[in-house]
Amino acid sequence: MATTQRFEIVLETVIESVDRAELVVKRFAEASGFDEDEVHRIGMAVREGTINAYNYGNRQDRRKKILLVLELEERREDTRMVVRLVDEGTGFDLSDIPDPLAEENLLRTSGRGIFLIRAFMDDFSVQRGSNGGAEVIMTKKLPPSVHERRRPH
Amino acid sequence: MVLRSTCRTIGDISVLDISGKITLGEGSATLRRNIRELVDGGQRKIVLNLEDVDYIDSSGIGELVAAHSLVEGVQGELKLLKLTRRVRDILQITRLFTIFDVQNDEAAALRNFR
Repeated sequence: MATTQRFEIVLETVIESVDRAELVVKRFAEASGFDEDEVHRIGMAVREGTINAYNYGNRQDRRKKILLVLELEERREDTRMVVRLVDEGTGFDLSDIPDPLAEENLLRTSGRGIFLIRAFMDDFSVQRGSNGGAEVIMTKKLPPSVHERRRPH
Repeated sequence: MVLRSTCRTIGDISVLDISGKITLGEGSATLRRNIRELVDGGQRKIVLNLEDVDYIDSSGIGELVAAHSLVEGVQGELKLLKLTRRVRDILQITRLFTIFDVQNDEAAALRNFR
């Protein structure tokens, strides 16, 4: 496996960082070879992850930061974009997140962010960051045809 | 693009024409304010024309749900009109498509209030 591209940005815990994270990741995704619909989905997933880091991880505390890391990993079998979002909160357990599709939760006004990330990305996981906050990791594979075009022959 | 909205009144029905993005921050707040003003002003039949809304995030979805609950709470009716593909997709995957009264034609939407 080779990481062919890596981009890292430290975001302020301000609402404007949500748009900024989305814009940055969409540009990276587009440059990596994803099509328009996939770029949109990846952008939305990262947007939702950044909203969570802003609202729940860092609790809108301007003293805290959000780390966004973008990587393009090339393997023999596929090429994947890996996004990591790290906040400075106290972490969270995925099992504590209510199911937004459950009947009793449908009319809740919040709680859909992680569901949308899972819907738009191929893989999603959460682990505790080295600083104790949440590190969210999401990946999206390039379509096989695009992966093949990228491979050296 | 920030969210912009204009309101038309047709009889006892208010049509809110919205353009831009319904997202965390100003967009969601504008929608929330607009709906609240209509309901506080006594409006009970509201159409949200989303023909020019091509982007909504989880916060925007939350505002649509809040609008639905607010209007239903005063025995009113809220309809969503002309969803773009992306907004429709989001509402479908979040199972909210079955909660809202979604219409594709304004004339039909106006006719179908109780």
